[in-house]
Amino acid sequence: MKTIVGLIMLVTSALSHAAAEGDIAPLFTLQKLDKSGSYSLATGKVIYLDFWASWCAPCRVSFPEIIALQNDLGSDRFEVIAVTVDENPAAATRFLRRYDIPYQILSDPDGVVAGQYELPGMPTSFVIDPQGSVSLRHSGFKPGDMTSIRLRIHQLLETAL
Amino acid sequence: MKVKLVISFCVVCLLSLAACETVQPWERGTLAKPEMQLSEGLNSSLFDQVYDSKEASSGGSGAAGAGCGCN
Repeated sequence: MKTIVGLIMLVTSALSHAAAEGDIAPLFTLQKLDKSGSYSLATGKVIYLDFWASWCAPCRVSFPEIIALQNDLGSDRFEVIAVTVDENPAAATRFLRRYDIPYQILSDPDGVVAGQYELPGMPTSFVIDPQGSVSLRHSGFKPGDMTSIRLRIHQLLETAL
Repeated sequence: MKVKLVISFCVVCLLSLAACETVQPWERGTLAKPEMQLSEGLNSSLFDQVYDSKEASSGGSGAAGAGCGCN
């Protein structure tokens, strides 16, 4: 009986390696959506990593607030990285036409990085500290959610001084 | 004979489990298309447009959703 329980625990622990708060954020390299090259996630800055898709209604709500976040905090010590999981990158490009995006948009059409981060829903965002640890994981998005996200980012920026 | 039948049935059931696959949240782009909605999305849109034109009103006939598995 103990052996069976042990085996079940081993299998479930192997399966559940989602990037939870306190974990080291998996590093990755992805193509930029505009195909102008690739981009690698690196440590050293506070990062807001956002997984989104053109077909995801709450993502539309989140976009103006994420743009404002990057514009407000500048790019010296903070960076937004948005990863689209659209299977058809053209759909993501069409979606972005209505916005003036001040940050990197990467494309993950096969969901490889999304799988590494084991997203519980769409959109999901991660606040990553300068050491590369996940400080906050946020799933879904509705008006008002950005308040707690901004608070955590400000805390990280203050402690990193 | 009966035992063999039961074993065969169990084997078929176990094999059919292999056909089950979880659609991950980031793979739901196809499911989010209007034509994949249970309420016959395209017909429903056409009906809504005709209804809204006749009644000179719009909205209030349902909730928006994108099948993204959030909230």
